[in-house]
Amino acid sequence: MTYSVNGTPVDAAPAPGQSLRTFLRDAGHVEVKKGCDSGDCGACSVLLDGQAVHACLTPAQRAEGRDVTTAAGLGGGDGLTEVQEALADHAGFQCGFCTPGMAVTASTLTSEDVANPEALAQRMRGNLCRCTGYRPIREALTHGLCGSGEGCGGCARTLGRLDAAPTGEHTGVGASVVHSAKDRIVAGREPFTFDEMPADTAHLSVVGSPHAHARIVAIDASAALAMDGVLAVLTHEDAPDVLYSTGRHQHRTDDPDDTRMLDTVVRYIGQRVAVVIADTKRQADLAASAVMVEYEVLPHVLDPEAARAPGAPLLHPDRTPADRVADAARNVVATVHEETGDVEEALAASAVVTDGVWSTSRVSHAQLETHGAIAWVADDGRLTVRTSSQVPFLVRDELARVLGWDAERVRVFTARVGGGFGGKQEMFCEDIAALATLAVGRPVAYEMTREEEFTRTSVRHPMRVRVRAGANIGGTLTALHVDVLSDTGAYGNHAVGVMFHGCHESIAVYRAPVKRLDAEAVYTNNVPSGAFRGYGLGQVIFAIESAMDELAHDLGLDPFEMRRLNAVRPGDPFIVAGAPDEDLKFGSFGLDECLDLAREELAGPDDVPAPEGWAVGEGMAASMIATLPPRGHVAVASISVGADGRFHARSGTAEFGNGTTTVHTQIVAEVFGVPRSRVRLTHADTDAVKHDTGAFGSTGIVVAGKALHAACVELREALLAGADASDGTPDWGALVAGVDPAHRRGDEAWAEAFLDQRERSVAFNVQAFRVAVRPDTGEVRILRSVQTADAGVVMNPQQCRGQIEGGVAQGIGSALYEEVMIDERGAVANPAFRQYRVPQMADVPLTHVRFATTADELGPYGAKSMSESPYNPVAPALANAIRRAVGVRPMSIPMSRDRVWRMLQA
Amino acid sequence: MDLAGVRTMRTASGREDLALAPGETFMAGATWLYSEPQPGLTGLVDLAGLGWDELELTMPGDLRVGAMTTIGDLAAWAHRSDLPAAPLMHQCAESLLASFKVQAAATVGGNVAKSYAAGAMVAMAATLDGVADVWRADGSVDEVPVADIPADNGVSHLGHGDAIRAITLPSAALAARTAHRRIALAQHGRSGALLTGRRDTDGSCVLVITAATRVPVVLRYTQVPTADAVVADALAAPGYYTDPLGTADWRRGVSATLLAEVAEELA
Repeated sequence: MTYSVNGTPVDAAPAPGQSLRTFLRDAGHVEVKKGCDSGDCGACSVLLDGQAVHACLTPAQRAEGRDVTTAAGLGGGDGLTEVQEALADHAGFQCGFCTPGMAVTASTLTSEDVANPEALAQRMRGNLCRCTGYRPIREALTHGLCGSGEGCGGCARTLGRLDAAPTGEHTGVGASVVHSAKDRIVAGREPFTFDEMPADTAHLSVVGSPHAHARIVAIDASAALAMDGVLAVLTHEDAPDVLYSTGRHQHRTDDPDDTRMLDTVVRYIGQRVAVVIADTKRQADLAASAVMVEYEVLPHVLDPEAARAPGAPLLHPDRTPADRVADAARNVVATVHEETGDVEEALAASAVVTDGVWSTSRVSHAQLETHGAIAWVADDGRLTVRTSSQVPFLVRDELARVLGWDAERVRVFTARVGGGFGGKQEMFCEDIAALATLAVGRPVAYEMTREEEFTRTSVRHPMRVRVRAGANIGGTLTALHVDVLSDTGAYGNHAVGVMFHGCHESIAVYRAPVKRLDAEAVYTNNVPSGAFRGYGLGQVIFAIESAMDELAHDLGLDPFEMRRLNAVRPGDPFIVAGAPDEDLKFGSFGLDECLDLAREELAGPDDVPAPEGWAVGEGMAASMIATLPPRGHVAVASISVGADGRFHARSGTAEFGNGTTTVHTQIVAEVFGVPRSRVRLTHADTDAVKHDTGAFGSTGIVVAGKALHAACVELREALLAGADASDGTPDWGALVAGVDPAHRRGDEAWAEAFLDQRERSVAFNVQAFRVAVRPDTGEVRILRSVQTADAGVVMNPQQCRGQIEGGVAQGIGSALYEEVMIDERGAVANPAFRQYRVPQMADVPLTHVRFATTADELGPYGAKSMSESPYNPVAPALANAIRRAVGVRPMSIPMSRDRVWRMLQA
Repeated sequence: MDLAGVRTMRTASGREDLALAPGETFMAGATWLYSEPQPGLTGLVDLAGLGWDELELTMPGDLRVGAMTTIGDLAAWAHRSDLPAAPLMHQCAESLLASFKVQAAATVGGNVAKSYAAGAMVAMAATLDGVADVWRADGSVDEVPVADIPADNGVSHLGHGDAIRAITLPSAALAARTAHRRIALAQHGRSGALLTGRRDTDGSCVLVITAATRVPVVLRYTQVPTADAVVADALAAPGYYTDPLGTADWRRGVSATLLAEVAEELA
């Protein structure tokens, strides 16, 4: 059939049942993204004869004789249309994976559609963004579609596009610059993981377990192997007999070795049993359903309390503390019990005591780009993996270990990564893609579906947290007891770290003379839990901040003052329930300012009016976070400059919408006083630098950025040392020629810095809400939302605001809407976006963001981390506002409409 | 998504093409078919070649909606229409989880045939006494009230090979005043409860619960009932269910609250 794409005629024959999405991608139009493949996220939106459609829901045959327009063709030729320019200039993206579809959809709207926010949100409900919280998208669309050719005031278009801005404009540290690839991103031209593939790539499909716990008796792949295009079927017999963890850390011993690439026992529904490799994805999918597996079904346990009770089915009975499994005979991966005094005695002597059990749900990261990797053996003989990862170096190291290869013979790199939120601090697909390519001798791609994302990756650890807290009549804490049960699911990836971190800053933030902590992380036959934004803190903070609010309420105290009164401040030790921390210090302290600013902002008017008859209440919560993970986070960075004055920075950390690559170029621009356009960056490639622990724990600026800064300072000094003292425009040729030989690499001057950051500071966030609740339906409407952040010196205010807004949006999702549900068999009951409710534009209110004016001792230029932490205080602030509106305290999240309604029925 | 098992696609151009082979199914807007894996499905019969997208007022003033009329086209027509019941068509279209992009492809007939509890075209047609012309696989034609087509959430009473040809909305119902309430676990999520109603020119009243119950609950009154009566009837209605989009107790409770609002608006 013939059709046209972006004005160019195409002649091709789609397969029966093929969607327009894959048909267009096969034709090279990789700007058409796959977020869900089910018509819920909008990432694949295209125009069909001018009408926006979801390409994934459109039979390819229906494009016959019609004109398709993709994001790359919206502006005609290489240009951009107005909404694309606006999305680029207003930072209407973070990872940018949803952006091409967002732009295509918005291009069909009119000035009428953007005239009121509700109408806009209704029109855009078929497009999800997980990163931004939508505020900058709303703003961009409003400006892009204002209908005024001259712009509507305050719009970037009136000022001329930023690229055309006069040279000399400040683009260094402190400037709100947007990523230099912005125009390519909004047009879908910036490649993500699967947008470039080696020739002759084969595809992999997984056979998943239908049982929550079973032993594999036999696998018959003969029917599958006989099918068209099938190259191989791999089972446990083909997999290395090596135990590892999918969770990745700087120290591999942080996680238990409890996972085999393909195992003889399966421990959750959906777990890999076998993989099929075929010429096409479709052939692999068909053959996967023809693999016959015989199981011996084993007893399973889904409830974490039951899992640690005597007689429970054991998931990993052979693991020992040497494997970093604390007590396999009780399904306990990690355990801690410590106290600083007699908590019972202190509670008994307290004027007021609160006691409650709070619980949190499983949450999916729901980053729009699913996990996936492409593996091949390159011409140089190295195993090469292009992947969607936050931790390419850690994946390289573990992949080499599992396969028994030297790490030098393995290269792992990422292109732009379409979101992560902790979910890509894992090795979920690189291992099997690598095994597959070695088996078939061809490049192999493993691109997860959205359903696999729900059933075969990881979720946020659900926790049950009991808090008992006492205070004297003035509100000073007298005792704090926290008892945590964390459900790590079938494997222990991140079980230990999440439990300890979750119970760390959440408890250490408060001074109580007597503290006790009991915590355990437990195996169950559920989909594994893993790293998720906040890394356990959000779950425990939900409970502790709820308890703090209850104490303040009982005592008639202002909740802001309750926090000020009890929080640690410079001079205090950081104590959980044992010895004080040794690596944590007050590099700065912004909590007081955050409390003041939040209270001031909350006093502002409602952004959304309260409907008649709804109950209104205000609530707040505070949170503390260490500025990086404990026990070392490594970054190596280098910088070089040629005689033409062009800089090339290299760092290891990955970009997945966190904005670090933008800040890294700003750092170079700042140190050398050059425009950012003169700086090129290579990153997230094990070939780029010697090592980088990776992009987690909000380390992209405070570790990788700090290393790059150190390299830049060293290079600047080297350049200046060899130069004649002179003013004016630098003569780069002379400067480069004059450096010491130790700082030369070929024709360039060069410097490198190694950083193993161990000393850590703390950052604070305060969230406050005013809400209205309708008791007879359970609806919660946010009338005003405020977050204040102690981010130190803010290196890019627009980006940092974006991180906070995105964190608040994700927090609202976890607090009000999102829950990965498990059915009675242990299967995920809602593995799709139509049933799992990622916030849409209509669900996310404006959040007023204010920054404290701190400058940190440790971070580069005084900066602190600010990516994970904005998420942490959101759920308890909302719960506290609901509590004060209706007089009943929510004890579990999400506080979905049905739960709130039921809570008020009693 | 790609439907891996589909090996054949043919376009129907007449009734003789509607006989389904084993493994075949009809394809209307395709928006549901392509949104989930379809194990066992090997062939698609595209109904787009049949036309079936008429949207016309017949002589007695009935509205005949061809089954292949897109939901977007119906909503746009309703937007232009000054019939008293037209706003309900628009409101029901907007009650779908589907974005305007999906509405541009999804069909009225497909939404009814799929018979999801949250199928808002079922709600609309059930409230307006819509009747479907069903072309049976055996060659006969039946007139079936749309409210009677759903058998369960996502299951219809249509047999394999039965096709909805058109839906007729009678003139008396089109002259009625209508009201609409909707709630989901998120603002634009799939409906947890969809409450619709109409008040005819003679004062009689029809109230309908969908989305909250497995099949439509149609309550008929000679005059607009009191709030207490509506609440009692809604609470007594059968079929409230639990799934990831809402629990049965909540669906029942909010149905009673919001159906009383519908009645109040019609009073």
